[in-house]
Amino acid sequence: MSADKDWIDVCSETDLQPDSGICALVENKQIAIFHMPREHTVYAINNYDPFGKANVLSRGLIGDIKGVPMVSSPLHKQHFNLKTGQCFEDEEMSVEAYSIRIEKGRVEVRL
Amino acid sequence: MSKKQTLVVIGNGMVGHTFLADLTASEIKDQYEVVTFCEEPRVAYDRVHLTEYFSGKSAEDLSMVEDGFFEKNQITLHLGDKAVSIDLENKTVFSEQGISIQYDKLVLATGSYPFVPPIPGHDRENCMVYRTIEDLEAITAAAKTAKVGSVVGGGLLGLEAAKALQDLGLKTNIIQFSPRLMSAQLDDGGAKMLADKIEALGLSVLTNKNTLEIVDGEQCKNKMIFADGGELETDLVVFSTGIRPRDEIARDSGLKLGARGGIAINDQCQTSDPDVYAIGECAVWNEQIFGLVAPGYAMGRTVIADLSGVSASFTGADMSTKLKLNGVDVASIGDAHAMTQGSRVYSYQDGCEGVYKRLVVSEDGKKLLGAVLVGEASGYGTLLQYCLNEIDLPENPESLILPHYSDESVGLGPDALPASAQICSCFDVSKGQICEAVESGCMNMDELKTETKAATGCGGCSALLKSVLDSELESAGIEVNTDLCEHFPHTRHDLYNIVMVEEIKTFDDLIGQHGQGRGCEICRQAVGSILASYWNEYILNNNHLSLQDTNDTFLANMQKDGTYSVVPRMTGGEVTPDMLIALGEVAKKYNLYTKVTGGQRIVMFGARVDQLPLIWDELINAGFESGHAYGKSLRTVKSCVGSTWCRYGVDDSIGLAVELENRYKGLRSPHKIKFAVSGCTRECAEAQSKDIGVIATESGWNLYVCGNGGMKPRHGDLFATNLDKETLIKYIDRVLIFYVRSADRMQRTSVWMENMEGGLDYLKAVVIDDKLNICDKLEEQMQHVIDSYQCEWKTTIADESKLKRFRHFVNSDKTDENVLFVEDRGQIRPANEDEHKYLKIGEEV
Ligand code: SRM
Ligand SMILES: Cc1cc2nc3c(=O)[nH]c(=O)nc-3n(C[C@H](O)[C@H](O)[C@H](O)COP(=O)(O)OP(=O)(O)OC[C@H]3O[C@@H](n4cnc5c(N)ncnc54)[C@H](O)[C@@H]3O)c2cc1C
Ligand code: SF4
Ligand code: FES
Repeated sequence: MSADKDWIDVCSETDLQPDSGICALVENKQIAIFHMPREHTVYAINNYDPFGKANVLSRGLIGDIKGVPMVSSPLHKQHFNLKTGQCFEDEEMSVEAYSIRIEKGRVEVRL
Repeated sequence: MSKKQTLVVIGNGMVGHTFLADLTASEIKDQYEVVTFCEEPRVAYDRVHLTEYFSGKSAEDLSMVEDGFFEKNQITLHLGDKAVSIDLENKTVFSEQGISIQYDKLVLATGSYPFVPPIPGHDRENCMVYRTIEDLEAITAAAKTAKVGSVVGGGLLGLEAAKALQDLGLKTNIIQFSPRLMSAQLDDGGAKMLADKIEALGLSVLTNKNTLEIVDGEQCKNKMIFADGGELETDLVVFSTGIRPRDEIARDSGLKLGARGGIAINDQCQTSDPDVYAIGECAVWNEQIFGLVAPGYAMGRTVIADLSGVSASFTGADMSTKLKLNGVDVASIGDAHAMTQGSRVYSYQDGCEGVYKRLVVSEDGKKLLGAVLVGEASGYGTLLQYCLNEIDLPENPESLILPHYSDESVGLGPDALPASAQICSCFDVSKGQICEAVESGCMNMDELKTETKAATGCGGCSALLKSVLDSELESAGIEVNTDLCEHFPHTRHDLYNIVMVEEIKTFDDLIGQHGQGRGCEICRQAVGSILASYWNEYILNNNHLSLQDTNDTFLANMQKDGTYSVVPRMTGGEVTPDMLIALGEVAKKYNLYTKVTGGQRIVMFGARVDQLPLIWDELINAGFESGHAYGKSLRTVKSCVGSTWCRYGVDDSIGLAVELENRYKGLRSPHKIKFAVSGCTRECAEAQSKDIGVIATESGWNLYVCGNGGMKPRHGDLFATNLDKETLIKYIDRVLIFYVRSADRMQRTSVWMENMEGGLDYLKAVVIDDKLNICDKLEEQMQHVIDSYQCEWKTTIADESKLKRFRHFVNSDKTDENVLFVEDRGQIRPANEDEHKYLKIGEEV
């Protein structure tokens, strides 16, 4: 476990959108944050869609493919693994994934 | 280089054209300079489906000729020109328009003409025949001022024509000379059952009627007088009393004819002059003419083989047929009359259900020789295969026609068929060819039809084709799956019913009780749409928010750069100058790109997510509402100016368009829905290309359904005519909710209609005759949707908690630096990749 100081405070837990995404600006990076309340999980990946070349992934629909959590790009529907950022359709393509946690009602990420 | 020979084809009908198409696909295509004479004013069309002309198919829809076919294949076409004589000695054809052409080979494909018995009065006004598009146009025109129609002749074609007259709104009689309907195909028992069925459809059947004369009527235009002393008043008379080969040109030139007419051919389809062939309905082989397309196509293929120097022969053809009448299943196979020496017969009759079936088997009981099916013909494909492929019958052949009360199937599984079995007789497609097509990647019926042409003729083989496809896919390990997605083992239609019956209101409840996992973009949106259509709750409710695609969550369409478009509603395309100014001011203030859409309204592009509520606040204050351009819902109702301004308009098309748009706005559906209303038949609003199209007539409104533009354009089908407004709206309510209930996800009304069993007639039966007894419910549901309408933008603007989402960053007021515009023609547009680099905004990714 790395030191607590690596975790960056982003927003309040109540800012999260259930079963959906939001975008945060963290050290000049656009981070897409997704919340699955039934599983009590949050995921963070980069907001930039490498196919559509626009900052939109936080606005995609989420769910799972065979149990693996994913987001589907709102532009052309490619799917990205929320845990790893790997694209399902194209091995060569992926986005950065980040560690994320909820501590005392605050959402924190580590870049 | 050897000089090409000249091949002349007389007649561009179904057989003549299929011959040309087959020829251009053959190896000998480059050996011939091809010339064809087409007497009709248009190139070949699908006569088999001619009756669909009445249900809205246009001449173009029926055409058999691909765009550019003649040019591409360098075939010289003489359209509207008839060949009038042949000089066999000098091998020359002369045409009516004065063309003369020397041929090396000549193919006659002149078809046949409807025979009209020479009774006095047969040529009176409104006495017509049923063979060409012109005939149908004349019938339509005559029907406008007629009340009663009569078809003389109760064969396959006569029954089809009679049903068509009835659909045109006439009280219709079928007059049959002999005691039986379809006497060529049916025995007494079958014919009796058929007559009951036909009468149940509301047609009258008069058998044993020998028409002596047609004279002036008293209540109607005409009166038929019968040999038994009876009389019948009728406005229209359509003769369907058989066909006669068009052999006049052959007769005049000295070619040999059959004993009862027709151009005599041998097994190679050569006439008495070996350089002249005859194919299709004009030909007589072995003193037999063939009034179906499949044998004509087979003759054409024989000629091509013969020209290629391959030995081939035409050896007669199977005359099995199925009647194309909705609600009346009739089929006859092979030796239906048990004429074969020693043959034995099984029959089954169910007077309650109106089913009659008969099997004719060989003396040893092993092979099927023929069959008759009335009232229930689903076994047609299987029985035909037993007969054509001489497959051994099961031990108890009667099991093939006895009803099944268990699930146990006695159908001949497609696996049992040899690869050589002919599945589609119209296009001679074998099981082997179908399997090959599946192997090379055809995964569904549409692909298979395009690839092999099977089931695109009479359609009689489609059920069998589907079962071959399914069995091939299955044995290749490909599951034939109709599940919505991996999260729901149901179709959209099933889910809709579950929502309705169990009154489920949220995605979580539905996936909890009937699905698995967390869902995906497919089921979330489909369920979101179902819930929205049925309950019509505010779609950004917390329960529904995660179900919408980004377009719905932000109530705007996302563009390629992540910005959004703003499309306010302009009902019927109408807008006041003040509203227009207000719109212009908003666009200017936020520097939005502005354009008139193809849907008769104004769209503004380039709004950032954080600007959307500000823009909409101003628009709503100016009196605008959401245009739902983002939703799978009603988009626009296009209109023309109609009788208000236009000198031709016969009714107020703008008024109706505005009313319809206001009525149905906000209705969520499996896919988007578009309407249009035109003020007269000039059709300036293009209503026939819409899901719902309305055209004003002198006596009401004509309703068209299930048209669309887009990827695969389809003309709407004429659904009902001369409606008053109240009935029109009632029908539209019902059609729309029935669509919403039963369509697949992302299925436009056009595809929905095309996949609907029973098609247009079925939809009419549900909506007009209330066959399923659901019309009250359909209207009730529509009323609920109308009563619960809200402008989603208005609700959103008023709810502080919803506005939270409309910012790019949850933790910062900055905007997305990656969104960059440049100017073109005085307005903004998204910067392209090069411009991005050049404008160099240092977003690190
Ligand atoms: C804006 C507009 C083009 C224009 O500049 O004129 C347009 C723009 C889009 N059309 Fe369209 N269509 C527009 C009129 C049409 C028309 C013409 C009409 O409505 O009379 C058609 C053909 C008619 C028809 O639909 O039958 C049309 C056939 C399509 C199709 C193909 C549908 C099909 O069944 O094949 C799509 C794709 C789809 O919906 O899946 C589509 C999809 C789209 C989308 C939504 C694609 C997307 O997801 O980004 C475009 C974005 C709209 C936006 O940002 O608001 N658009 N589109 C027109 C908006 C009309 C309106 O006022 O709402
Ligand atoms: C309403 C209807 C329903 C039918 N349903 C079925 C069905 O379900 N199944 C089935 O198998 N069959 C059906 N048929 C029959 C089928 O349409 C015919 O078998 C088929 O059209 C025969 O093709 P053909 O080319 O021989 O004749 P046609 O299609 O009649 O073509 C002959 C063409 O040659 C032209 N022609 C004639 N003489 C000359 C000349 N001297 N110079 C230039 N051109 C000339 C004619 O104008 C015509 O266009 C139906 C027919 C009708 C009318
Ligand atoms: S459709 Fe008819 S009424 Fe409407 S604008 Fe055109 S011509 Fe005029
Ligand atoms: S048998 Fe007529 S389309 Fe296949």
